[in-house]
Amino acid sequence: MKRLLLLVAALPFIASAQQLTVSAAASLTDAFKEIGPRFEATRPGATVRFNFAASGVLLQQIAQGAPVDVFASADQETMNRGAQQKLVATDTRRDFASNTLVLVTPPGGAVKAVRDLAMANVKRIAVGKVASVPVGRYTQQALENAQIWAPLQPKLVFADNVRQVLDYVARGEVEAGFVYRTDAELAKGKVVIAMTVSGHAPVTYPVAVVADSRQAGLAREFVAFLGGAEAQGILAKYGFGKP
Amino acid sequence: MPADLWSQFDAAPLTLTLRVAGVATVLALLLGVALGWVFARTKLPGRGLLEAVCMLPLVLPPTVLGYGILVLMGRRSALGGWLREHFDYTVIFNWHGAVIASTLVALPLVLKGASSAFAQVDRNLEAAARTLRQSRWSSFVRVTLPLAWPGILAGTLLAFARAMGEFGASLMVAGSIPGQTQTASMAIYDAVQAGRDDLALMLALIVSAVSVAILVLSNRFLQRQPS
Repeated sequence: MKRLLLLVAALPFIASAQQLTVSAAASLTDAFKEIGPRFEATRPGATVRFNFAASGVLLQQIAQGAPVDVFASADQETMNRGAQQKLVATDTRRDFASNTLVLVTPPGGAVKAVRDLAMANVKRIAVGKVASVPVGRYTQQALENAQIWAPLQPKLVFADNVRQVLDYVARGEVEAGFVYRTDAELAKGKVVIAMTVSGHAPVTYPVAVVADSRQAGLAREFVAFLGGAEAQGILAKYGFGKP
Repeated sequence: MPADLWSQFDAAPLTLTLRVAGVATVLALLLGVALGWVFARTKLPGRGLLEAVCMLPLVLPPTVLGYGILVLMGRRSALGGWLREHFDYTVIFNWHGAVIASTLVALPLVLKGASSAFAQVDRNLEAAARTLRQSRWSSFVRVTLPLAWPGILAGTLLAFARAMGEFGASLMVAGSIPGQTQTASMAIYDAVQAGRDDLALMLALIVSAVSVAILVLSNRFLQRQPS
């Protein structure tokens, strides 16, 4: 009886012995949810759980000691900050995907190009929060290059992550928003891609093992798996480009 | 560096919080006193159900409240579409949206305070006022309200504190637009997300201090309530 109790008490620890926690940028949500089970299938006994949010938020969680094993960011800047703070093992860092910034509108929207955003009937434009959401920073770079970032300020609505920008546009609460092409493709019918935006740093996704990971071996395997044919195929299916 | 923090400190979220909470509290006070009187003094059919619905925001997840406002007042809704069509007005991404959310969460506290205060007022005193040829309204204003006000005020102060702390529903409806809809609770959330712990801590301390002061004041009034 005593032994049985001990076993029951230890069960959660045994079960979590091979558990990998992956913190990934919100734009990776759908692709990673499909990649997770494929990885589990190749590593019997291993389970992967995902934590999706804006890259900046994920890095803050890691900095505050969240038990994370792998970090996948939607931009180099956030990963650089992680490297500077020694939160990630830099020797494991590699780029595994790329993306494109697009301007989206609700169906039938009047906005066809970035310059249309200045029109009086464009009241609200959704962008990611610049401090914590990579898509917000890419947007800022592009609009600063077009010299319309400052004049557009009063119209901007700042979202917690790229999927929230997408949701604001899909609900028709804003006239336009800036998201990745992969997000826009997922909401086909609810949003329309007005144009591909240029004038920003290339959108590339770096991944790295977290320095404090207790599953460093498994974490390295996951990072390697992302570069493999199977994971790359899934990423391509969702519209991500090669790194 | 506190000096540095002070120099770049933005008071807009704090003043907006006071404005939103102030307007919401006035609305909740008017609604809460009227409904509190109805629930304490009348035998309206379906009273129990109506009271439960009014108290709902106290226990509902703020996300349900926020989603409800979006569905009922968003651009795609009948009401939201009509307001936009005819008045070019929307509560979405507007501080008025935060006022609606805050009013709904503040209402139960005024309502509960008012209805129990009204229930404790001696009906004989009101009857006496009526025998002195006071109208129903006059006896309410001159007798019932003065006797019930400590309870109402205690509830109102709690409501103000609650309205100041509203976050989830307001974020969903009004968004976090600096200088326009970003209240103190949202500024704290943004600061934490951005790793600005110094700013978050400072705002958190200010908000906590104000809330403690309000709670102390509210308790004072509750103790003065005639038993």
